[in-house]
Amino acid sequence: MTDRNDTLSREKFIEELMRYRKGSVSRRHFLGVTGLGLATGVMGAALPGLRGAAWAQSGIGDRVVLASWPNYHDPANFEAFRAATGAAVDMSVFGSNEEMLAKLQAGGSGWDVFVPTNYTISTYVAEDLIEPLDLTKIPNYDLASFDPRFAEPGTVNGTVYAVSRNWGTTGYAVNTAQTGGKKLTSWKEFWDITMAEFSGRTMVHDYQLTTIGNALKYFGYSFNSVDPKELADAEKLLLDVKPHLFAISSDYQPSMRSGDAWMTMCWTGDGKQLHRDIPEIEYVLGSEGGELWSDFLAIPKGAPHLDAAYALINFLLDPAVNVKEVLFHGYPVADKRVDALLPPEILNDPIMYPAAELLSPLEFGAAVTLTDPGRAELMARFKSA
Amino acid sequence: MMRPRYRTALFLLPAGAWFFTMLVLPLVVVFVFSFGERGPAGGYVPAFTFDNFLNLGSRWAAFKNTLVLAPVGTFVCLLIAYPLAYFLAIRADARWRTLLLILVIVPFWTSILIRSYAWIFLLGGQGLPALLNALGLGNPRLINTPFAVLVGIVYGYLPLMVFPIYVSLERLDKRLLEASSDLGCPPARTFLNVTLPMSMAGVATGCMLVFILLMGEFLIPAMLGGGKVFFVGNALVDLFLQSRNWAFGSAVAMALVLVMLITVTAYMRVTRRWAGGRDDVSLM
Repeated sequence: MTDRNDTLSREKFIEELMRYRKGSVSRRHFLGVTGLGLATGVMGAALPGLRGAAWAQSGIGDRVVLASWPNYHDPANFEAFRAATGAAVDMSVFGSNEEMLAKLQAGGSGWDVFVPTNYTISTYVAEDLIEPLDLTKIPNYDLASFDPRFAEPGTVNGTVYAVSRNWGTTGYAVNTAQTGGKKLTSWKEFWDITMAEFSGRTMVHDYQLTTIGNALKYFGYSFNSVDPKELADAEKLLLDVKPHLFAISSDYQPSMRSGDAWMTMCWTGDGKQLHRDIPEIEYVLGSEGGELWSDFLAIPKGAPHLDAAYALINFLLDPAVNVKEVLFHGYPVADKRVDALLPPEILNDPIMYPAAELLSPLEFGAAVTLTDPGRAELMARFKSA
Repeated sequence: MMRPRYRTALFLLPAGAWFFTMLVLPLVVVFVFSFGERGPAGGYVPAFTFDNFLNLGSRWAAFKNTLVLAPVGTFVCLLIAYPLAYFLAIRADARWRTLLLILVIVPFWTSILIRSYAWIFLLGGQGLPALLNALGLGNPRLINTPFAVLVGIVYGYLPLMVFPIYVSLERLDKRLLEASSDLGCPPARTFLNVTLPMSMAGVATGCMLVFILLMGEFLIPAMLGGGKVFFVGNALVDLFLQSRNWAFGSAVAMALVLVMLITVTAYMRVTRRWAGGRDDVSLM
């Protein structure tokens, strides 16, 4: 198929694989050197689900603009999409739903597809920023096969505005090589150790929902609280912690991999990716609770490449494509058809599918947190302090 | 036949239109917004209130960081740029000069974003600190500190300082230096009494360029400060792109414009005094 594959010896392949697993080379380098990236791309292009689709021939333009999250998409799938449709995926990465909302509110985002989280969709509808979906253009969306818990927030007042992409939790990743074997289990420990042994080594999200929410958990308050007194407690904790933080950023994988950071607020898939490559990095769900969330694929009002947007959403919901996304990003999906294709070790993975007693105290984010001025200003004060 | 006055106006039209639509109009919008209120889901709602200005104290840390790191960054740039410009203009062999000047510009061929990203790795735990550690010089934390931001600033803005100084030194009449030397002045005093004063125009221009741009900087602190070294620029990005409080963001922007006006005016006064009352110093 490619001479790169022919000339790459077995030993060299294994050596590259080990380098990649250790995190000393990037995924892109690994896929490029071994030829696997190209191979997956070619195979992806030959997927039966793609052939014969009407839009594949009808010409959807040469690009589609996607606003999404870090470490969230398998580049090989985008290559396959381009090979099949001629449209290149132009992705920009965000750190918070607030940032996405701000871009859409300002207008002229130029996005075709974006990936909002459950608690934001009703606000997008109220602000008239999101396109109602024409489900006939998304034949791969089969509502019956989705877990309603994770798919329902996409429907507002009976209209489907967003289709389920995947779900996950917000916990933290900790490098246990630095704790002396001690297991951490709670948000209280997360904040306390940050102000002690882990001073200068902890990262929190640049995201009001999770950073404030998990600070609220220190006191046992609701993750979604907008109560001024409870927020004041959270603010005091955050200001006390700030001098001990390594950074405030939602792109924490590079620092965790390099060893500069020892602990970070973390989403399921990042926890899975970090643990897969560096086993001593463990993913913890705070025993007090925290966030359970689901992400969606949606189209903003005024999307410049509407046909390409529908094509990309439909493509990503193809179970054969989605299963590769899962293997790449490590987030569970709410689609039974995808689960049927996943190997058992993924379906039994404790990071992706936490035990029921860990899941039960978690809360879905509440719509009010997105627009509450108290939380927005608290986060801004924390960052500028 | 057009009258010269109209011709002048015609030639100034593009610049004037640009100035009006890209500077005056936005400033008016920002001014009006600064008296408004944040909408229920963010954005702007018309109102007339001074609350946004009364709340400016909550961004004091950002103003303080900017007002400390911008002048310090400018000064360090100057300390590094002056000897380099001196070497290029006066010492360097004419054959090599063009090549060396190009080398000063080469970094501009790549986006500052990518170059700052490189510094993340250089200053990160596996970069310079690891090297220092291997040499037995300790293992300092560099990334996400004010020092890292300062390094990024100096690196990013150095060429802007080098060029104005280079131009002023290059234009310097070398016979003046010979005359000074012939009259028995030692080299150090020649430098202080002849070269330095003659190059003050370049120094003032370079400092002004770098300082003004630094006051609005947000990318370098965001990337090398880990979200912990916060400039006014970062506060603005945050207010417009995260918390969506356009009204308060506008008030912070107006305050920044005011601070700039005051510092730049004071700066021009001072440089004019240095130059003995000449007006053209700060602008070459």
